Amino acid sequence: MSMAQQAEPAVGGSPAAGPKQTDGRTARRPPALRVLARPEVGVFLGAVAVLVFFLITAPPVRDGSSMANILYQSSTIGIMALPVALLMIGGEFDLSSGVAVISSALTASMLSYQLTVNVWTGVIVALIASLAIGAFNGWMVVKTGLPSFLVTLGTFLILQGTNLAVTKLVTGNVATDDISDMDGFDQARKIFASSFDVGGVQVKITVIWWLVFAALATWVLLRTKYGNWVFAVGGNKDSARAVGVPVRFTKITLFMLVGFGAWFVGMHNLFSFNTVQSGEGVGQELIYIAAAVIGGCLLTGGYGSAIGPVFGAFMFGMVQQGIVYAGWNPDWFKAFLGVMLLGAVLINLWVQRTATRR
Amino acid sequence: MTDNTTGTHGAVLQDGAPGPDGLLVELRGAGKSYGNIRALHGVDLKVHAGRVTCVLGDNGAGKSTLIKIISGLHQHTEGEFLVDGQPVRFTTPREALDRGIAAVYQDLATVPLMPVWRNFFLGSEMTKGPWPLRRLDIARMKETADQELRNMGIVLDDLEQPIGTLSGGQRQCVAIARAVYFGARVLILDEPTAALGVKQSGVVLKYIAAARDRGLGVIFITHNPHHAYMVGDHFSVLRLGTLELSAERSEIGLEELTNHMAGGAELAALRHELAQVRGVDVDELPEDGDLGAPVATSPEGTP
Repeated sequence: MSMAQQAEPAVGGSPAAGPKQTDGRTARRPPALRVLARPEVGVFLGAVAVLVFFLITAPPVRDGSSMANILYQSSTIGIMALPVALLMIGGEFDLSSGVAVISSALTASMLSYQLTVNVWTGVIVALIASLAIGAFNGWMVVKTGLPSFLVTLGTFLILQGTNLAVTKLVTGNVATDDISDMDGFDQARKIFASSFDVGGVQVKITVIWWLVFAALATWVLLRTKYGNWVFAVGGNKDSARAVGVPVRFTKITLFMLVGFGAWFVGMHNLFSFNTVQSGEGVGQELIYIAAAVIGGCLLTGGYGSAIGPVFGAFMFGMVQQGIVYAGWNPDWFKAFLGVMLLGAVLINLWVQRTATRR
Repeated sequence: MTDNTTGTHGAVLQDGAPGPDGLLVELRGAGKSYGNIRALHGVDLKVHAGRVTCVLGDNGAGKSTLIKIISGLHQHTEGEFLVDGQPVRFTTPREALDRGIAAVYQDLATVPLMPVWRNFFLGSEMTKGPWPLRRLDIARMKETADQELRNMGIVLDDLEQPIGTLSGGQRQCVAIARAVYFGARVLILDEPTAALGVKQSGVVLKYIAAARDRGLGVIFITHNPHHAYMVGDHFSVLRLGTLELSAERSEIGLEELTNHMAGGAELAALRHELAQVRGVDVDELPEDGDLGAPVATSPEGTP
């Protein structure tokens, strides 16, 4: 297929190394447009805009400790938004991720307290339970072929009911007992819920975990086989299967990854507040999903990044705290959220059309 | 690829398989039922190295079921399926790929939003480094993909572009190049020309011939007898899930092939259409060079 050679496109220089011939029909798109087509660029600009907006309108935000607080708020959303985003790139949803956080914390708390064992026992059992919930979701989805929306809606309701009922049954209350004086509590608290000092400002350790997990997720997504498979199962499951990608394995492990995230955030909640309210967590799953979508992940799968949701979560944290610092009615938060979400979806749509244009 | 091929060829000869030259895949009375629907029944098919076996049939004739059995997406429920003379039953496409059977599907060959080079190596990625840090060898993959595509005559400016931005013909060619690179001995092409224009169909047909000349056994599924006749060595026509015709190129002409494909009441309507199309086609046929003269003997004669 020797294409008729035409004059080189306006942008000079052969992109593929070496003086090879080029097709001659596709001009390189301007660098600015190529950068804009990255999934995380839109949300990055959005995050900067929100930051600048609140820096101007809410003077307290300029303070270092407020910024640490905003980052902390963002990190608790961001740590969960990461696996949720990976799962979304893999073409699935998890509506149970919000209550799964509480389930994990309840498991660790009640197990440790009732059996009077070292809290680490509870932490490990909670991890196993969270991974099992994820594996169950994934297994149900790949086995039945039902939409993950339905399967995880079921899990969501099951967990929500179980959280309340079991907690009342065991403790006779809607909250668990305080475990702060138990063996291993201080140690676990160091890992999941401590603070450290940066130039006189107390920064929560979850901020560090958040960034570490984000870096790890980015590396896995772009530089490993598994990451390639995640994009493939979300982009076109049948194609992926036909060329030998283990679709079931990939999807189930993605759901388990969400379980891991739920466990981590659950442990953070437990060790920063010493006790768990069994009715919490409802609605959080939509915040995670929204952060992932604002972060440039395609709701239908196959496209997105791990860095995008970091900025997405930051936008959430910024708006949530910024409204408080600005002295406005916090009820505006949800309205802001909706506007951000719609904007992000529109940008996604535009990007997808531009990226696949002939 | 070469190691693999020679090794298994030896095995074929020891088995004393009936094929005169490297019989790679054979179906004996194979069939498939979905519940109480019999999609395919009693199909015999032989695929030889260096030959193009065409499977023709109208929509719903069982072509897709046939290739899904051979490529490991489905399992046959009756008859025998032999690879290199040994009965097999693939449960995943991966197993078929490991035996050198690669399918190139019309619509599910690629992941549109992924870059060309990621699509090329999807499922068989090159990696480097020890386990916890094992990562994709991106430079090597891009270089290899570029080289392989150029060998097939496809020149792309940017391997990072999503494969969805390529034309249908280019996508087919990428999929064929990929299958050839990964050591396919049997290449299954599912309606590769169905969605393409005339020129692009020509390009794909050229690659089919190129793959055949490289010693691959090609199964070419199509419902276009003209395309089939340009490259085919053996023709099998499926109708309502059974084998209607199985003939060597020397035994059959284009017109007869077309008749077999249509059959019954559809024939009259088709012939009417063909009367208009034939002029174009006859012009095109001799360009292929070594075509035998079509044995144009239709018993009913032309209207």
